[in-house]
Amino acid sequence: MKFGNMKPHRRRRLYVVLFLVVTSSAAVGLTLMALNENINLFYSPQQIASGEAPVGKTIRAGGVVVPGSLRRDESSLLIEFDISDLKTAPLRVAYTGILPDLFREGQGIVALGKVNQQGIFVAEEVLAKHDENYMPPEVAAAIAAAHGESE
Amino acid sequence: MGRVWSLFHKFASPKWFYEISGKLLPWFVAMTGLVLCTGVVWGLAYAPPDYQQGNAFRIMYIHVPASILAESSYMMMALAGAVGLIWKIKLADLALKTAAPLGASLTFLSIATGAIWGKPIWGTWWVWDARLTSMLVLLFLFVGVIALRSAMENKEAAGKACAILALVGLVNIPIIKMSVEWWFTLHQPSSFKLTEKPAMPPEMWIPLLIMVVGYYSAFATAWMMRIRVEILEQENRTQWVRDRVRTA
Repeated sequence: MKFGNMKPHRRRRLYVVLFLVVTSSAAVGLTLMALNENINLFYSPQQIASGEAPVGKTIRAGGVVVPGSLRRDESSLLIEFDISDLKTAPLRVAYTGILPDLFREGQGIVALGKVNQQGIFVAEEVLAKHDENYMPPEVAAAIAAAHGESE
Repeated sequence: MGRVWSLFHKFASPKWFYEISGKLLPWFVAMTGLVLCTGVVWGLAYAPPDYQQGNAFRIMYIHVPASILAESSYMMMALAGAVGLIWKIKLADLALKTAAPLGASLTFLSIATGAIWGKPIWGTWWVWDARLTSMLVLLFLFVGVIALRSAMENKEAAGKACAILALVGLVNIPIIKMSVEWWFTLHQPSSFKLTEKPAMPPEMWIPLLIMVVGYYSAFATAWMMRIRVEILEQENRTQWVRDRVRTA
């Protein structure tokens, strides 16, 4: 469409529409930028270690379960593991309860809870994250096997 | 240029639109049925299970197209609003009016299937992360457009108000799209990016693509059916509608 030969009143209305969209988008954009940190669902172990996360309050912590860090209590549902953002020291998480099916070492998780005096994150809820990659089990097995051979 | 404009004006004629959509509708119904059946059977029965989620990931074939269509129908609604505001075309307002309930239903379907998927896989029906929340805002925008129209007596003013609300809400679409990139969310990033290969093998994404086409076709079908009824109602005093009703 050519706007050059548009009738003046229509062109004026076009500008009004553009103005409306641009200004409302700018307003929302600036608000979101101001709220940026608060929109994150969880804090990374790095943010918790550096004191960026509020201390003594219930927060969400997210990271990858460090392989080999998982320890289950023999007489209860207590489970302990480290989560890491692969940047700073991992965060120890303690949780009593039933874990989602997808929970495993190497998986991303998001836990809701508080950091206690010993620096352990005591979780009351653990959610599993998954990534955007989907593949059939045979393919995953083949990749794992190839990975094992190369190591 | 002149040809584009004459087509544009033809499109704006309710009578012409009623006739052409009447001819197209049976084809769209047939295509929707065929494509959706193919996609559902392929996706739910023949696509391989996921290595982590097993068969639970198959809800993707319902969830992902619903989410895509929810966003597309919003963009179409806002575009109709802009055309209606600038060119004062009655048909554009009808297009906006009829798209809103369809978009609301698709958004609801997306949120509902997402919750059903989230419970076994994530461990929760709902979290207030940026993706889920912005999708809820989309639902409220659709519901707001529907409510605004029914709240106003004057049809022309109602159409204008709905168009403005639809345009203001347009900013939510890039927020939904980018939410998983800009912020930490529980929802995973998109499996499809313009510049990269899909993050799944063809035997998984081909049925998904078929489902997306099927949803678009279903949307077009339902939308044409709705707008045809609206056209008859709006034009009920004109000769062509009277003739048509008489012969029917």
